Formats: sequence, structure tokens, C-alpha cells
Amino acid sequence: MLKIDNLHVAYGGIQALRGISLEVPDGKIVTLIGANGAGKSTTLRTITGLVKAASGSVTLDGQELLGQPIDKIVSAGIAMSPEGRRVFPDMTVLENLKIGAYLRKDKAEIEKDIQWVYSLFPRLEERSWQLAGTLSGGEQQMLAVGRALMSRPKLMMLDEPSLGLAPLVVQDIFKIIREINRQGVTVLLIEQNANMALKIADLAYVLETGTITMSGTGAELLADERVKEAYLGKQNK
Amino acid sequence: MRDMKKTKMVFTAAVLVAILAGCIALDATLPSYHIAITVIKKATVYALVAVSMNLLNGFTGLFSLGQAGFMLLGAYAYGVLTIPVAKRESVYQYFDGGAIHFSLPEIFAGFLGDTVGKTVGMLAALLVGGLLAALMAYLIGLPVLRLKSDYLAIATLGFAEILKAFFQWNKLGPITNGSNLLKSYPYFEHATPYVLIAGVLIAVILLLINSTYGRAFKAIRDDEVAAEAMGINLAKHKRMAFVISSFFAGVGGGMMAMYSGTIAAAPFKSALTYEILLIVVIGGIGSITGSVIASFLYIVSSEWLLRGLDSGTFLGINAPSIFKNGFRMAVFSVIIMVIVLFFRKGIMGDRELPDLLDKRPKKAKKEAAK
Repeated sequence: MLKIDNLHVAYGGIQALRGISLEVPDGKIVTLIGANGAGKSTTLRTITGLVKAASGSVTLDGQELLGQPIDKIVSAGIAMSPEGRRVFPDMTVLENLKIGAYLRKDKAEIEKDIQWVYSLFPRLEERSWQLAGTLSGGEQQMLAVGRALMSRPKLMMLDEPSLGLAPLVVQDIFKIIREINRQGVTVLLIEQNANMALKIADLAYVLETGTITMSGTGAELLADERVKEAYLGKQNK
Repeated sequence: MRDMKKTKMVFTAAVLVAILAGCIALDATLPSYHIAITVIKKATVYALVAVSMNLLNGFTGLFSLGQAGFMLLGAYAYGVLTIPVAKRESVYQYFDGGAIHFSLPEIFAGFLGDTVGKTVGMLAALLVGGLLAALMAYLIGLPVLRLKSDYLAIATLGFAEILKAFFQWNKLGPITNGSNLLKSYPYFEHATPYVLIAGVLIAVILLLINSTYGRAFKAIRDDEVAAEAMGINLAKHKRMAFVISSFFAGVGGGMMAMYSGTIAAAPFKSALTYEILLIVVIGGIGSITGSVIASFLYIVSSEWLLRGLDSGTFLGINAPSIFKNGFRMAVFSVIIMVIVLFFRKGIMGDRELPDLLDKRPKKAKKEAAK
């Protein structure tokens, strides 16, 4: 579905991505793991069009996305739940969800999707009139995911959904990511919590200082010695 | 829930009808030069401009201080287009009767009859003023809206000052009458037309804020990056908010001209923008109702209730040595400081008129929701 080919991105003189290539197949959960500064978020931001690429190509079902304005990219079926949640704090939960559907015009379908998001996250329905800034961290993450779903994406990109959340809440979020994927949405997941991410991933890539150093199925990488050492905290005795 | 909604609607409608009825009654009983009528006129004009500023500063998060400039455009457009042809010779006495030899109210009176035509012509002139302000906003928005926060405020403030100087330029005299007054144009004597016009326009702004566009504005205010990631075109929406806000400021400027009876560039100084900003802050940034209430409070106290502080006698105390020119503003400053200290988020916060029916304070409501 999504194909990235030899993508280079630079901030000023600093190379953030040095020619990465990866593929997100239809209907799968793909994860991109790596340390801080490896270029994970840059990859996502380039796909959405928030950051301009130096060279390379990003295609969705064969259609080139690089150089397109953001609204075209979102309309094409890519949604992002940004790092640090970034819900709109002074707007209600319901308004946040409606903003997610900003580029859609089909009112009846939007209403249906709000109900769908509520069925995924019953908490959000209870709090639909609350200001998003007053929600707990976990609830805000749910809202960020729900908001991204409201554009009815083919590909959903999640940037560190476990950031700053308690382990139990993280488990809930990952359960829902699986559920969303089961309902037909392809997922590209970026995580520092490599253990959780690799467990639910069909396909995984390891990113190190702007290049992809390893790839394989989630289970393969989970068993890989080097990954264990670098990201899963294996004790070397 | 549904019942509550209905009650709120009835309540809002009742308040609005009561205000309108009260206004009509005042118009019928008091002479048009009575201080109450003057205050209502001025306050409605300020309310409209304050709401337009709130749309930009409170709902879109663009800190712009160009309001006085756009009002000036609206005021001049109104005056230039409505001065009766017969009076132009005397108004533009230093510029050979000026360059424009038509008057919208007279043109419309030609085929709509005297009273209707004149009113339509005046409204059309207001509209032209708004459109001119909107056009100007579009043009200066192209470079200026790339700036953020304080820098945007400085740039728009500068623009308003430049416009003020430009309109006093002698070479423009045949249109703007240079630094001389524009006068003798028609205006509404009673308060009700002001309330109606401002009311309708404020209602339009309310509809806009509650629409999809309004939500996009609020999203930009809350988090630009996240808004962009939702597919909201930042540049387009900022420009839209700027242009729309300026349109209403332009119309407000035209109404200000109507209210004051003469037009000169001098009153449209930055202090006017600060007055409006003050009203927005006192009323509550992000509350339309707050802006309206604050304009009335501000105008009623500065024009009427506290007048005595400047003229010798206040609340029956006669002390001409203390209560002289300027003392009113000193007291006013203290009142404003007190308000800012005790109402951190303004009188209304971000609540609107119907929300007044929610009896429990906000905190309790949040607890209850958990």
C-alpha cells in the first residue's frame, strides 16, 4: 500500500534520513522502532507532508505523495496521531473528533464514524462534552487515535502512542490498535516501547541514525540478539 | 439533555427579545440626544468591533491590532458614499467640491422611494466599507500573516497608523477631504437600527464560529501543527479569519461614523484598538456574549456613570479640586485592574449567554462527569 523509496530528508545541513526504503503492505501492522533521534518521527512527518523531503519517493497505491499539499495527502487516506497526542485542549472531545473529519463532506457518514469511534473508546462518549485539555493522558491518547480515525484513513500512522502512559493503559491502547487493524485499517506504528510494538507487528523495521539497519517480521526481530541488546534491555552477563 | 437545550434556546430568545423591546421603548420615550440613546449607539458599535476582534484574537489565536485601521476604511467609505450631492460643495470646500459626484442613498431613493431608498443606500455604503476593509485585509494579509504573535501585532498596528496618515494626505483630498472633516451625511437617529444591524452581524459571526470553519479556527488557535496534520490549510484559514474579521470591523467603522456624525482620521488611533482589546479581555477571550456585555459596561461607565468624576460632582460629592479632567480615567484604570485581578478569564470566560443557565460552577460539573 505505502511504499517509501530511497527517501532523504535534511533539516538545514543535518541529514535526518539517509535514503530509507520500506514498505507497508495492505492490512498489516508495521512498526518502526529506534532510539531517540533515529529519524522515526521525521519519517512520519515527511509522509504527511509536514516536512519536505530532499529526494526519494513516497507512494500510496502507486500515487506519488511527495510534494503534495497536506490536505491532498489526508484526503488520499493517510491519518496521523502525532507524537505527544496534541489534542486541541480548549475544544470539547466531540469537537476534536469533528475536526478529524474536517476534509469530509458526508455528514451522515461522519455521524456514523463518531459512533464507531465511541464504540472503540466508550470513555470518549462519556466525556464528549468535556474539554480535551481536562482529560487524563490515556484518554487524550484515545482521543488522538479517535480523531485520526475520523478522516476514515486507509493508513493510520501512530507516533509513540505509549509515550508517558502507565503500562496498563498502554496495553489498552495496543489492544485497540489491533482491533482497528482487524477492522481493515493498515497501521504504521512508531515506538520506543519496542517490546510491545514488536509483539503486535506483522512487519518491523529498525531505524538507526537515518538508515534502516534491520527488518523482518515482528517475531523475528523480537528474537534477534542485536535487537534484544539494543532495544529490549537484555542483560549481557 | 434535550430539555436543557430547549430551555436554553427559549432563555436566549427571551433575553434577545427583551433587549430589542427595551431598546424600541427607549427610542419611543426618550429624545434621540438623550445620553441613554447615545450610550446604546456607541456601545453597539463597540460590541460589533469587539466581537470581530474576538473572532481573530480569541477564536483563531491571531494577535492582531489593526482594528482601528479597518474601522477607518469603513468610516471613510461610508462618509464618501453617502454625503448628499448638494452638500458636497460645502463639505469639500478646499477641494472644489471633491472628485465624487454621486451619493448612494440618493441613487437608491431614485427608484425605491425616499425612505426605503435612503435606508438601503446607507446600508449599501456600510457594506461597501466592510468589503473595502476585507479587500485591504486580504492584501496586507499576504505578507503579514506569515508573522506570529507579537510580530503580527506590531505589523498590523503599524499598518493602521500608516493608513491613518495616508488618509490625511492632501493629494487624496478630493476623496478623503484631507485632514478636514467629512460631515453632513445621513445617519440613523434612533438606537434601534444600530442594535438591529449589529445584532444581525454578530449573529452571523456566531453562526460562523459554530460552523466547520469555526472549528478549524479554534483548532489553529489550540495547536497549529496538529491542525495542519488534520489537513487544515493554515495559510488559507488564517487569511479567511483575518478578512472576515476586518469586514466586520469595516462595517463597525461605518456605524461609528453614523454615530459620531463627523469623520476624521484622527480618532482612529491605536488607542481605539486598545479600547477594543480591553473590552475583549474584560469580556472574556473566546466569548461573544462577554464582548457584548463588556462593551456596554465599558461605554456606560466611561461615557455616563463616571462622567461626574471629570466635571466636579460625583455621587453627590462636590469636590471640583479632585474631580477634574482626567480623574475619570484614573478611576477607570483602577476598576480595570480590579476586574483583571478577580476575573482572570474575563467576565464570561469562554461561556456564552445560554451557558448562564448551568447553575453548577464548572469545576463541580467536571467532577460530576468523572
